Amino acid sequence: MKITEKLALDAFKTDRESHIKLDQRICHTCKERFCIYACPANLYSLNEKGEMMVEFAGCLECGTCLIACIYGSVKWNYPRGEYGVQYRYG
Amino acid sequence: MEKVDVIIVGGGLAGLSCAYELSDSGMTVLVLERGDFSGSKNVTGGRLYLRPILNYLPEIWKGAPFERHVTKERITFMGRDNSTTFELYSDRFNEEPYPSFTLLRAKFDRWFSDLVSEKGVFVIPQKRVDDLIREDGKVIGVRSGEEEIGADCVVAADGILSFLAEKAGLRPPFQPKHFAVGFKEVIQLDSETIEDRFGLGEGEGAAQLFIGSITKGRMGGGFLYTNRESLSLGLVIGIESLNSMEPREEIYKWLDEFKERPEIKNLVRGGETVEYSAHLLTEGGIHHMPKVFTDGMLVVGDAAGLGLNMLVTVRGMEYAIVSGVLAGRTIKKAKEMNDFSASSLSEYERLLKESFILQEMKNFQYVPSLLGNQRLFSKYPQLICDLFERVMWVDEEPKGRIYQTKIGELKRQLFSWETFKDWLQFRKI
Repeated sequence: MKITEKLALDAFKTDRESHIKLDQRICHTCKERFCIYACPANLYSLNEKGEMMVEFAGCLECGTCLIACIYGSVKWNYPRGEYGVQYRYG
Repeated sequence: MEKVDVIIVGGGLAGLSCAYELSDSGMTVLVLERGDFSGSKNVTGGRLYLRPILNYLPEIWKGAPFERHVTKERITFMGRDNSTTFELYSDRFNEEPYPSFTLLRAKFDRWFSDLVSEKGVFVIPQKRVDDLIREDGKVIGVRSGEEEIGADCVVAADGILSFLAEKAGLRPPFQPKHFAVGFKEVIQLDSETIEDRFGLGEGEGAAQLFIGSITKGRMGGGFLYTNRESLSLGLVIGIESLNSMEPREEIYKWLDEFKERPEIKNLVRGGETVEYSAHLLTEGGIHHMPKVFTDGMLVVGDAAGLGLNMLVTVRGMEYAIVSGVLAGRTIKKAKEMNDFSASSLSEYERLLKESFILQEMKNFQYVPSLLGNQRLFSKYPQLICDLFERVMWVDEEPKGRIYQTKIGELKRQLFSWETFKDWLQFRKI
């Protein structure tokens, strides 16, 4: 089962604005890319320009990226009330 | 600014337990929950141990939507292509009051929140708290979007990332070594199939933990809990341990690899995955907790860093519930004296120290350093599996005497300076 198929099982309500913001200046200097490997939803990837991107719509709201990024690039807040993942089992 | 007596930020187990404790106090209590309902942002492995909380909240659990009471405990050591399982069954696990239950938080917390609402507490969903309001350093309320609400006491029950504890200056910056990430699938299977596969009576449950090659030498392990009509199957990985891995691997794939292992494949066969979730766990231990009180505010549950990896048992939800109750008791006392200053609220810390929570966290204070030892997750589980396999293996050659050949080999593997040091470390647990 692909990770995108797993995420499709969850109920999400996506806000217009992302609750995760990255500081590209910091990401630019990062060699390890901790976020890519740690995110359990596989939301982090590099675009063609080599910039770090995050697909906030599938966020499971665990906060792992915030902890794993030791360089402090990840600015992370909970999505506003009404938005984000809504677990039905948990 | 509108004002109530107590604002509890977060309608999870800690927040709701605090609200429940306060519900007979005559105070106006408001619980602000960011999800659509209590439990909608929560995740557990998981199971709840009942005995520790019965002294604090004795009555309410009768009608709770538990999944199964656990009668079977399994610990599985995973080698690269073999595994060894220890299984414990006890009649005592099958006697009421049952010692532990598996549960699903979306169902469980929702029930708890309804119960608390019936007792007169206002539980408001879809409300994210953005900031604290402070006056002369004292917390006097919270801000949610445009709205400001005042309170004599704010309870930060806002979970493991507790931005409120950070805003109040109670929490040092996060460090990867103090956290692990857990992620799991809920796999639907009918009740009878679950009971047959795990050898359980009706309503009975199994809890299985896995340690070894599935986390590729990284700190962590696997878990499998039987719910009424589903299995919770997942992995826990230490974040610092993952960060230091070379070459790097994406951990989300590890759950699929785990599921492909024959040990798991045969248990989940025919099951349908219905949800995928993730949550952080605290691994910091007693020495890395935030300060749990300040003028006008208390910190409870995960927000207070109350959680413990005891190697074969993982604790958190009992701590959340009991810390919530203790915060409630502290607030009642503070109300009597009409004093919500830090010195009055420090009673909460005293109660925590007196309770099993901080005593257990003290007893297991050396676990975090032990968990930094990679051999615990690679060499030793592999050794156990290989040794047992050799004992059981029958070949064309005449089988040698067990003690001479196998134990001799074990000695060669274990009698090293390294293992001796590990043993010294292990003795502290």
